[in-house]
Amino acid sequence: MDFSAFILQQMVNALFLGSIYALIALGYTMVYGIIELINFAHGELFTAGAFIGVIVLSGLQQIGWVETHFVLTLFIVFGLAMAYVAVLGVALEHVAYRPLRNASRLSALLSALGMSIFLSNGMMLSQGVSDRAYPQVFGLESIDFFGAMISHSQVFIILLAFVLMVGLQFFVHRTRLGKAMRATAQNRTIARMLGINIDQTIRITFMIGPALGAAAGVMVGLYYGAVRFDMGFIFMIKAFAAAILGGIGSIPGAVLGGLIIGGIEVAWAAFLPSAWKDVTTFTVLILVLYLKPSGLLGESEADLRV
Amino acid sequence: MNQDYGDNILTLEDVHTYYENIHALKGITCTVPKGSIVCLIGANGAGKTTTLLTISGVERARRGRILFEGQNIETLPPEKIAALGIAQSPEGRQIFSRMSVMENLEMGAYLRKDKEGIQQDMEWVFSLFPVLKDRYRQKGGTLSGGEQQMLAIGRALMQQPKLLLLDEPSLGLAPKIIERIFETIQEINKNGMTIFLVEQNAHMALTTSDIGYVMETGRIVLEDDASALLENKEVQKAYLGE
Repeated sequence: MDFSAFILQQMVNALFLGSIYALIALGYTMVYGIIELINFAHGELFTAGAFIGVIVLSGLQQIGWVETHFVLTLFIVFGLAMAYVAVLGVALEHVAYRPLRNASRLSALLSALGMSIFLSNGMMLSQGVSDRAYPQVFGLESIDFFGAMISHSQVFIILLAFVLMVGLQFFVHRTRLGKAMRATAQNRTIARMLGINIDQTIRITFMIGPALGAAAGVMVGLYYGAVRFDMGFIFMIKAFAAAILGGIGSIPGAVLGGLIIGGIEVAWAAFLPSAWKDVTTFTVLILVLYLKPSGLLGESEADLRV
Repeated sequence: MNQDYGDNILTLEDVHTYYENIHALKGITCTVPKGSIVCLIGANGAGKTTTLLTISGVERARRGRILFEGQNIETLPPEKIAALGIAQSPEGRQIFSRMSVMENLEMGAYLRKDKEGIQQDMEWVFSLFPVLKDRYRQKGGTLSGGEQQMLAIGRALMQQPKLLLLDEPSLGLAPKIIERIFETIQEINKNGMTIFLVEQNAHMALTTSDIGYVMETGRIVLEDDASALLENKEVQKAYLGE
């Protein structure tokens, strides 16, 4: 492989990893945007999505659908994982966050940490502590893209992530409900005075954010071939860093942050000892926050309050 | 003044509102006749904004009744009160700063389904405030203070309310723009909308209104025809700087 193909290969890898971080980061940023809470249970929702994915996919594989109805199988796997986790997200909001909506932010934060531990342990008890293998439905074939080898699963995952992000953008900017969601995020009291049911807009945020995280969970399972109850942690840390880097509360910021974090990781691992890649990622995060505390595309704290 | 609810679109009876244990409204009683402009004047901190927030349901009345078209609304949440036909342009021009002028106006029409009517009202708002039309794609936060005030009023008008609550529409604005805003308020009223106005600029408020209430430290201390209040010696001394 010549050098330009190598660079291209790394760029595709960065886009792939960055898209996954971005999808997870969107969940953090959307929830923070609307109720100013870091949803620490988001990593567990991501893992729950991965588990639903493996359960459904294994089932469909046994009845032979992977061979006969490949596209439909993927559609069902992603659909069910996202739907299940969307319901889980709504339940989480209802049980753990809504009762604390007017309490101090610290109480809600503790509730979020508690839910994270609860969900993580729930998954450990129900799914076990060892790795669970994901059926390898994409095979090992790759596409030769100007010398870079891109696996089918990478192509699929990058495309699906792109479609989901475009869909989200369309929803929040073009639909009545999406606009009401942004209005709620910007000024809850005024939104109510205009007749917007903020329980509804918050509920929808807790459907979309977790559903995107669940999609990322299935993607990770499909690509890396295994899931485990604690796999959410490292992705959570990276995606959280991505959301902060891009400016928490900002949707384009989460996407940008995800791509940057993914890019740094891949670039570092390509040329330098990969054991140091996480150190680099967080060094960049610290530097950005030092220079621009609100993140790359974030509004200043003063603006967020208006 | 007529005490029949049929003629009064809004009636407050002995309304008490607290912030934690601070007694902000100490028994407000007032009426807003249908089709009129009523103003509530008073110094900073008298409780004018709290009165409007209590009507909109953002603050809860701990005691007393609020009747809108004869219906009790003091226990309803803000979104239900909005749906009944009460819109508020809040103090400090709280527009959605990261949404465009157009989107801000669309949010005003959130509960409406009549696409044509919304379009017509949008044109109407643009004719009242032509500067908004020039800037309809701009983010709300990039507008000047006066433009944001116009947007906040425009957004409330898009709700097509029966009763429009205006909190300090003159706050921080240049005299020329204040005049323009008050002319617009009268124009809106001529179209049949009832207006309840809270102002520190007592002169402007009283010359525009039919009826005036004077508020001091959580109580209404004076009520009369606005023209009579303009002649009232105490009002002149305390609020008109004469």
